[in-house]
Amino acid sequence: MDSAPIAVRAEGVSKVYRIGLKERAHDSLAAAALELLTSPVRNYRKYRSLYRFKDLERADPETAPSTPDTIWALRNVGFELRQGEVLGIVGRNGAGKSTLLKILTRITPPTRGRIEIHGRVSSLLEVGTGFHRELTGRENVYLNGTILGMSKKEVDRKFDEIVEFAGVEKFLDTPVKRYSSGMSVRLAFAVAAHLEPEILIVDEVLAVGDAAFQKKCIRKMQDVGRSGRTILFVSHNMPAVKMLCTRAILLDEGRLVMDGPPHDVVSAYMTTDVGVPAERVWPDPALAPGRRVAKLRAIRVIRRDGAVASAVDIRDDVGLQLEYDVEEPGHVLMPQFYVYNDEGLLLFASYEQQNAWAQRPRPQGRYMSTAWIPGNLLSAGMFYVSCALLSRSTSVSQFYEQQAVAFLVTDNMGEGTARGDWAGSYRGVVRPLLSWETERVESSRKLHSA
Amino acid sequence: MERGAAAITVIRPPAAFEAIDVGELVRYRDLLYFLVWRDIKVLYAQTVLGFAWAILNPLIQIAIFTVIFGRIARIDTDGIPYILFVTVAIVPWTYMSEAMTASSQSLVTEQNMLGKVYFPRLIYPLTPVIAKLVDFFIALLLVGGVLVYYAVAPGWNLLWLPVFVLWMVAIPAAIGLWLSALAIRFRDVKFAMPFVIRMLLYTAPILYSASALPEQYRLIYSLNPLVGVIEGMRAALLGVPIPWEYILPGAAVALLLLAGGAVYFRKMERVFVDVI
Repeated sequence: MDSAPIAVRAEGVSKVYRIGLKERAHDSLAAAALELLTSPVRNYRKYRSLYRFKDLERADPETAPSTPDTIWALRNVGFELRQGEVLGIVGRNGAGKSTLLKILTRITPPTRGRIEIHGRVSSLLEVGTGFHRELTGRENVYLNGTILGMSKKEVDRKFDEIVEFAGVEKFLDTPVKRYSSGMSVRLAFAVAAHLEPEILIVDEVLAVGDAAFQKKCIRKMQDVGRSGRTILFVSHNMPAVKMLCTRAILLDEGRLVMDGPPHDVVSAYMTTDVGVPAERVWPDPALAPGRRVAKLRAIRVIRRDGAVASAVDIRDDVGLQLEYDVEEPGHVLMPQFYVYNDEGLLLFASYEQQNAWAQRPRPQGRYMSTAWIPGNLLSAGMFYVSCALLSRSTSVSQFYEQQAVAFLVTDNMGEGTARGDWAGSYRGVVRPLLSWETERVESSRKLHSA
Repeated sequence: MERGAAAITVIRPPAAFEAIDVGELVRYRDLLYFLVWRDIKVLYAQTVLGFAWAILNPLIQIAIFTVIFGRIARIDTDGIPYILFVTVAIVPWTYMSEAMTASSQSLVTEQNMLGKVYFPRLIYPLTPVIAKLVDFFIALLLVGGVLVYYAVAPGWNLLWLPVFVLWMVAIPAAIGLWLSALAIRFRDVKFAMPFVIRMLLYTAPILYSASALPEQYRLIYSLNPLVGVIEGMRAALLGVPIPWEYILPGAAVALLLLAGGAVYFRKMERVFVDVI
C-alpha cells in the first residue's frame, strides 16, 4: 500500500470561522427601543466583521483560543492518503469533520495550510443538489451530473446505467415533482454514484432510501474501493467504519488526535470521554437550569466510595447523583434519570419512588438524590445520562438536561463477571449476571434404553 | 481512466487578489448551459400563457407609457412616433432590469447549492444574465412588428445591433457581480433593488429623448452606461444617426464596472460560504 502514489496530501490545514457577535439581551422596553434605533449601525459592524480575517490569519492555529466571536474548526490537520486507501474520519459533532470535507471539496477555502489532490474529487455530501422539481428526470440527471463536475458527454455515456441503477426508466420524462421521495433520492444517488472520481467522499448518506437500496449503495461503495479509487468516509456508524475502511483518523476539537488502523481508532474514539463529562456543576444559581420551584446545581456519576467516575468496572455499581435547590416549598418532587447507550437508544428510565421523600412536599433547601445502577447490569461501552425533576402536583418539569453526563463501563473477565473466562464477542445492550442452572436429569445409559 | 495523468488540484488559502480562472469557466461550460436551460424552462412552468409573457410584459409597459407620456404628457421624441420610440427602448430595458434583479439575488437564492457543491461561483450571477436573453429575443419580434407597422427600415445601422446587444448584456453582468456579492453580506440589497430599478428607468432616455437635456449636462448624463445602450439600440433599429457622444463615455464606465465587479466578486468569493 505504501508504494501506491499519493492521492491526497494535507499539510497544516486550519480553518477559523467568524460567527459574529451575539445579540445582546435587553431588560427594559426603553433599552429595547434604543437598541432598535441603533441597530443599523450595529448590524453593519456585525455583518462587516464577518469578513475581517487579517488578525486571525496571523494567529497560531495551535494555540489561538476560540473566542465568542471566532471558532477554530480545524487546527493544523495534516495527513497523507495513498491511492486505493479507504479512510474513515471519526469524531464527535463539532470535531471538524464537516469542515475538513468542505475544504477538500473546495466549498470553503482553508484559512491556513495546503492540500494537494491528485485526481477528481466528488462527494456524496451533495446528493440531489440542484435537483429542480419542475424539470424531468432526464433533465435533472444532466443538470445534477454537470453540477457534480461531469461534462455533458460523460453524462451521455453513463445515462443508461444511471437510470437503470435508480430504476426510474418509465418516468424519465415526468417532472421530478411527481416522483415519490424515494424515487428522487434514488435518482440523485445514482447520478452521484456514477461520477467515477479518483477520490470519493462519502458523508453518511447511506441512511437514505430503503434497505434494498442501501445494500445497493454499500455494494457500489465497495466496488469503488476495489477498483483502486480512494475513499474518505465520514460516519458515526462505527461498525461500518471498521468494515469498510483500511485506515481511520480521529478528530477532536479541530485537531487530528489519532491516525491508524480503523479498529484502534474506533476503540480510542469509543473510550475517550471527549465531549460529555462525568460531572457537571452550575456554581452560579442565575445560570442554573430550572424553573420557579427548583434549580439544578449538579449532576455526576459516582462510585460507591463517592468519587466522580468517568469509567467504572463492569462489576461495580454506578451512582447517578443529582444536586438541586428547592426554592419554593410545598411541592412533591420526582427526580428522574434516563440512561442511553452510544447509539442513542434509551435503555431505561428511573423515577424516585421508594423512599420517604417520594410522597412528601419538600421544604426549601439543598437536596441530593442518588440512584444506584447495580454492577453487572450494563454491557461494556459508553452510556449517556439525562436527568429531570418533575413537580408532581402540576406535572411541570423543573429542569430537563439531555445527555448531561456520560460514563464508560469497562469490560472485564473472570470472577464476578457475566463474561467469566469467555474472551469472545458478547452481544446485547445489557449484560446482567444471571444465575445459570444446569443439572443432569437422565443418565445416557437410560436414554439409550428408552 | 488514465490514472497516471490525473490532474493535481492545490487547495490553499486565497490570496488577496485572485484573477478570474478562465480555463476553469470553460471546463464548466456544460454546467452553465444546463443551468441556463433550467432557468428558461422553469420560468414559465405552470403558466397558461408561457413564453407569451415575454411579449406581454413589454407590451403592457409600452401601452401604459404610450398613453401617459405619448398622449397625455406629449413628450418630444424628435419626430419619431411615440410607440416606435418607446418600444425599441423598453425591450432592452426590460431585459436589463430583469437580468439585473435576478443576477443580484442569484447567490442568495442558490445559497443551498453554494454550501454544498463547488463550481466556479461566477456561474451564479452569469446564469440569469444569459437566461433572460431568451425573453429578449422573443420580445424582439415585438420590435420587428412595430418597425414593419411604421414601415421603418433600419438600414446599415442595423449592423451595429450585435455590438449594442453585447453591451446590453455586459451591464446587468457588471451590476450582478457587484450586487450579488454585496447581497450575500447585506440582504438589504433585495429591498433596495426596486428603487434602483425605478431610478435607472427614469435616468435613462427610455421614456424621453436624451436630446431633451441641456447641452452642458450631456457628458455627466452619458456616464450612465444605460444611456449609451438605449440610444445606441434606438439608432441601430430606427436608422437615425448613431449618437457616439452619448455612447463612448457610457461604454468606458460599463467596462470599468465589469472589471471592478469581477475583482470585487473574486475578493468576496472566499467568504461567501462561511456567512450564508
